[in-house]
Amino acid sequence: MNLDRRGFLKGAGALIVTFSIPGSAFAQAQDPKLQQLDAWLAVGADGQVTVFCGKVELGTGVQTALAQIVAEELDVAFARVFMLMGDTALCQNQGPTVGSQTIYRAGPQLRQAAAEARKTLLELAATGFGADAAQLKVADGTVSAPDGRNVTYAELVGGKKIGKTISGSARPKPPGEHTVVGKPVPRVELPEKVFGTHAYIQNLRMPGMLHGRVVRSPMPEARFESVDQASVKSLPGNVRVVVKGNFVGVVADREEQAIRAARTLKVRWTQGVELPKMEDMPAFTRATPSRSRVLAENGSVDSALAMASKTHKAQYYVPHQMHGSIGPSCAIASVTADGATLWSPTQSSFNLRDAVAMVLAMPRDKVRLIWVEGSGCYGHNGADDATGDAALLSQAVGKPVRVQWMRHDEHGNEPKGAAMVMEVAGGLDAQGSIAAWDYQVWSPGHAGRPAANGPGNVLAGAQLGLPDNLAPNGADRNARPTYVFPNARVRLHLLQSTVLRVSSLRGLGSPQNSFANESFIDELAHAAGADPIEFRIRHLKDPRAIAVLEEVAKLAQWSPRPAPRGGRNAGAGRGVAFVHYDNYSGYAAIALQVVVDRASGKVSVERVACAHDCGLIVNPDGLKNQIEGNIVQTLSRALLEDVKFDTAGVTSLDWQRYPILRFSDLPEEIAIALINRPDQPSLGAGEPAASPVMAAVANAIFDATGVRMRSVPFTPERVKAALA
Amino acid sequence: MTTITVNGKAHEVSAASDTPLLYVLRNELELNGPKFGCGLAQCGACTVHIDGKPARSCSVPVSAVKGKVTTVEGLGTPEKPHPLQAAFVAEQAAQCGYCVNGMIMTASAFLAQNPKPSDAQIRAALDGNLCRCGTHMRILRAVRRAAGGVA
Repeated sequence: MNLDRRGFLKGAGALIVTFSIPGSAFAQAQDPKLQQLDAWLAVGADGQVTVFCGKVELGTGVQTALAQIVAEELDVAFARVFMLMGDTALCQNQGPTVGSQTIYRAGPQLRQAAAEARKTLLELAATGFGADAAQLKVADGTVSAPDGRNVTYAELVGGKKIGKTISGSARPKPPGEHTVVGKPVPRVELPEKVFGTHAYIQNLRMPGMLHGRVVRSPMPEARFESVDQASVKSLPGNVRVVVKGNFVGVVADREEQAIRAARTLKVRWTQGVELPKMEDMPAFTRATPSRSRVLAENGSVDSALAMASKTHKAQYYVPHQMHGSIGPSCAIASVTADGATLWSPTQSSFNLRDAVAMVLAMPRDKVRLIWVEGSGCYGHNGADDATGDAALLSQAVGKPVRVQWMRHDEHGNEPKGAAMVMEVAGGLDAQGSIAAWDYQVWSPGHAGRPAANGPGNVLAGAQLGLPDNLAPNGADRNARPTYVFPNARVRLHLLQSTVLRVSSLRGLGSPQNSFANESFIDELAHAAGADPIEFRIRHLKDPRAIAVLEEVAKLAQWSPRPAPRGGRNAGAGRGVAFVHYDNYSGYAAIALQVVVDRASGKVSVERVACAHDCGLIVNPDGLKNQIEGNIVQTLSRALLEDVKFDTAGVTSLDWQRYPILRFSDLPEEIAIALINRPDQPSLGAGEPAASPVMAAVANAIFDATGVRMRSVPFTPERVKAALA
Repeated sequence: MTTITVNGKAHEVSAASDTPLLYVLRNELELNGPKFGCGLAQCGACTVHIDGKPARSCSVPVSAVKGKVTTVEGLGTPEKPHPLQAAFVAEQAAQCGYCVNGMIMTASAFLAQNPKPSDAQIRAALDGNLCRCGTHMRILRAVRRAAGGVA
């Protein structure tokens, strides 16, 4: 626990690779600190390679994929690479693990660092052999000269301390020489998860640790009035009540005692702000004060709409949805007057460290955050909040405190994916192609993550009155179409307030904007009497976009025809949708088949096909795992998910009141076609395949029934009502 | 004091009698397999076997445990894996893996009763276990593989 960076690096002999120059692969990273001298990886005297990685494992497999990249460039066996992740005292600040950007951004950084290490070791060997470095070969960390002499990396490093500042002169391998990258290397941590030995944050136990729980008002902006200390006085477990500002919590010796104390404690709150009625949300969202701006404009949309041979307009709505991690958020904090150590499953080790330091009123260099893997988060769930809770409680009682949120804490308090309204108007020309496209979206920002400029984005910070903020990121994600139209306009109405607390949920605004864009182009294809895939390709110029649509058509054995299908097979239908994620990242096209039961309104998704292009593939099996996950999770969002609330707060406080997809709801098959592009940079895969799913389902329902579903989720009740 | 038998070993536990079995397993016996998911028996992450039958340890008071408890740690080890554990590794059937304990414990009790299930039977058997990463298709493949079918 007392390990610091210097101590770690001081230990045995090692080759330590540091970056110091701007302008190379890593200079594109957002954080200027990346250009300072700091260790990225160390080749130890035992031949082990330690990577000081600021990115973390969220269940997506990046721990394995990044290690593959390092093993590849260093020419060591994969098993020699150890990823030390997310520890603010030891790791590089590579920015938060978000936005499908880990392989895309951290991959090139680590590739360069590993290539530099290999080059240095080869030069050392060349000097020792009196040979030319270019003639040496490396296999699993053993360097061989043409005359048969060998030396290992471990021997080269010996007991010496070798510092190497990255010059940027080492050239990574051409993809054609890859032997580890591109292979389905099994996940390093998966066996521990299967044998029950993996220590998730939820299972971490510290000596002398107490258990805490937080008591929160159900109503937004309710303020603390009073607490009845006597209400928990007779309970076992040395219960202590902690009140600071509007923050109220309990600490007890044992977990079950803390749970009981939190349930029993009597707290009075002021009346909070009443929420609007759920059924009014689309209109309420459009009427919320907003800042409007034009995101993209070409041609003259208004006159093109006026002159179009056919026009059409539609509004779409996606409600609040939640991350719904299976393990409620958990963290441990040990806070003393000298400093604080936080064990947290956060996506943002450094930013959260900064925010919690402010919650604790401590300088940030006194606070260390050690990342520990948690339950999957799919964005900004309650992990950061639980970390703030544990910190405040530990500071109050002077002992290490573990806080595990209960199910109702997670469902009720995690920041939700924002509700969004989209409206599109379009016009067809005489040939049945799109002449005008007028898109508007009403959305708040999707980025309420804690950082030094938003300590109130941690609930405990907000309850102390520290400032919060909601950055505008994500509202516009995939609002701009990839299609090329002669006249187009895209407008964002950025809401200045939100009904529920919101932040980043997988894809931010992309699944919602894609739902509207990809439903509406289907509606126009119908108006034009065109096949939905042919109609899309007709309006695309980007060859990679066209390629995924052509590939998915093959995979799904798509025969061209307009929708709806009609005739005696009505009730079964197919739908397609596409995304170029965030207009710069991966490409995904999805075609799926549904059966709609007219009597009950139940939509069954039978078969899903997905074509996916995210550039150079690092781990094809890990990639497929991510794509399957994106599809299944978003099918759940499309068919079932809607955070329920009444005027007093969120009522979806457990899995009965927030159902998600179950095994019996699954498709028969999810077929995936991976398009590998070794000549292109690796892009992210944690989000792209999620974005087209909602529209693909809505389009398939239309094909099956002739009925257009424009509000998510497509529950049996809603579909039945629409069919009536 | 309550005595419970877990993975073949008897333990005296100091928790109050109404404490859910899960907290005793995690905090007193320091077992990492069973997970806290909901505390409401809705998600299955905490599943253990009691006398071979699946039970939601978050909702069973420790004093009510009369039979022998088996957790995923007692099911198999890396050296001697249960066929399901081997199948989950072979199929790479996890993302975050938090639900995997419940999937394996539910499926192993099910396969013990029905060693050659149909696909629909497997789906029905796992219907009460929630996964949020969307790893379902792989989990189904793993269970099929363990049942000796073609994965």
